[in-house]
Amino acid sequence: MKLLNKSISYLSLSILAIVTLWAIIFYVNMLQEIKSSIDEGLENYKRLIIKNAEHDPSILTKNYFDESFFTIHPIEKQEALAFKDQYLDTIIAMQDADDQALEPEPVRMLVSAFESNGKFYRLKVANSMVEEDDLIGELLWDVVWLYLVLIIGILVINNIVLKKLWHPFYSLLAQLKSFRLGTSHELVRTNTTVKEFMDLESSMNHLLQQNINAFERQKEFVGNASHELQTPLAIITNKLELLLENAWVNAKEAESMSEIYQIVQRLIRLNNSLLLLTKIENKQFFDNRLVSINETVDQCVRDLEDMATFRKIKITVNAISPLKTYVDIYLANILVGNLVKNAVHHTSGKGNIIIHITEAKLQVQNTAADGPLEGELIFSRFYGSRKETGRSGLGLSIVRAIADLYGHRVQYGFDHGMHSFEIFFSPNKPSKT
Amino acid sequence: MKILVIEDEIQLLKNIKESLEKENFLVETAMGFETAMEKAMVYAYDCILLDIMLPNGSGLDILDGLKKEGKQENVIIISAKDSLDDKLKGLDLGADDYLTKPFHLAELNARIKAVLRRKDLDGSRFMELGNTKLNIENRQFLVDGTPIPLNRKEFDILNYFMLNKSRLVTKNALAEHVWGDNSDQADNFDFVYYQIKNLRKRLLESKSGLEIDSVYGVGYKLIVK
Repeated sequence: MKLLNKSISYLSLSILAIVTLWAIIFYVNMLQEIKSSIDEGLENYKRLIIKNAEHDPSILTKNYFDESFFTIHPIEKQEALAFKDQYLDTIIAMQDADDQALEPEPVRMLVSAFESNGKFYRLKVANSMVEEDDLIGELLWDVVWLYLVLIIGILVINNIVLKKLWHPFYSLLAQLKSFRLGTSHELVRTNTTVKEFMDLESSMNHLLQQNINAFERQKEFVGNASHELQTPLAIITNKLELLLENAWVNAKEAESMSEIYQIVQRLIRLNNSLLLLTKIENKQFFDNRLVSINETVDQCVRDLEDMATFRKIKITVNAISPLKTYVDIYLANILVGNLVKNAVHHTSGKGNIIIHITEAKLQVQNTAADGPLEGELIFSRFYGSRKETGRSGLGLSIVRAIADLYGHRVQYGFDHGMHSFEIFFSPNKPSKT
Repeated sequence: MKILVIEDEIQLLKNIKESLEKENFLVETAMGFETAMEKAMVYAYDCILLDIMLPNGSGLDILDGLKKEGKQENVIIISAKDSLDDKLKGLDLGADDYLTKPFHLAELNARIKAVLRRKDLDGSRFMELGNTKLNIENRQFLVDGTPIPLNRKEFDILNYFMLNKSRLVTKNALAEHVWGDNSDQADNFDFVYYQIKNLRKRLLESKSGLEIDSVYGVGYKLIVK
């Protein structure tokens, strides 16, 4: 939920409560005010009637409500003396303009007692009242309108003011979203004088800087470590080669030595792959020329022919159209080589490898020994390297890294019992070295 | 043949020295920049193996010094850094080859001999061994003067073996040299055996007097009977 909506939902709930409470209090107060105003009128009316009755005793016989809206009944003295003025809400049948027949209408009634010429009477004076239903209805609608107007008002104000106010926040957020370790060099920044946002900006930048530093250090470390390993690896390799040449080595020792030798060679391959990955990530290859992928594929297939033939794998190149792209030739060889090598190693005996080349796509398919692989995972480092020995587990990550470097898309698929690796080449231009 | 090895890592230096002495080269060594510079400037060598990263200086400066002195030494750079920049700079300064650590001794041998052969104009076209002759230029293999047909891979393998005669050539070194970079990640080198088998047959049928021995399953050795 957006911050804006969240604040509106809170505001609308609390405003609903406030407006409701206010409406009730307002209603009660207003009703009271109306009643007290009517009561004053009734009191005045009562006095007038009593005064008139002294001159005109005929009034005293009026015992039903007519146009003059009062009744007088004679009562006992005791009752009259004990009587106190009463204001009542009651109902009388009346008819007004919008009524078809007599209808019960609410009235305010004063019941009082008085004495006239030694006789006691009870007086009822009535006055029409507001209809509470109508009043409540009217008031309810007013309140609903008020509520709506308030909400719309807040919505508009929120949208304009809050958006403006929160602009630095959203700007920082957008910059943070597009930030990529290793590729983004700019820290986030926003023009604001609001303290909180300035704090946010500096905290973000502090964190980013730490991350960038850690990332750089890590990259440097991998690079340095791999470089430092080269010489010791050379020493071990050469020492073993010299040892194995010695005539006095017996067969058993020699076997162990050649095992060690193979392990060292594996270590060398792994180290070379790590070095290569570091170099790609550091963008140390930029001798981009227009390279024909068709030629690269042909060369690669020639190199791997013996290996494939030995494993009874048939490689078919299906070049539909020439595919040319600006790339460092060394990386192009590795890209194609790793894909085909990967196919050769993962095709079981008597399988097929089919390489399709179209104008913007290179596809390498190979007969699968098992079912489909885990789509994205296979491009991650050391995936599957635990299952088999001798492989660096970095071949496909290098493919991914090279493709990423040039903005090409890599995709894995599985179709008719064949693994399929596709590279979609995005059009690129020669970049300056 | 005199070779100067400039390398600051003593163990690596020892290995190279031992290997080159097996090839009957006269080997001199230098571990520091100053000694190396002095030796390179004062004496004449047929070939100099030069590590670029030295304490107190860069191998490239030595290369530069040689060039300024007008010395025509063959130089092979040995570097832990597989950097195109260094490679180009080195070759530009007159180095003849560039070898990245770690390397196989067989490969080092092959590179040194290739460099020496280029310098020695007379012997450049042929390599002789026993009753056989390998013509590098037109890729011909002769036994007692009779040409024996070899396919491309067989010729390359034989060439590599002859550069490393009586020395161990591991399958890894052979695969990298003959089958190129793409074979470097091969999990087994059994495909190498196929070509070796064919080559052995040819050597035997042609009565060449050369034999390829297996060495503990790790590689091969070419010997003259």
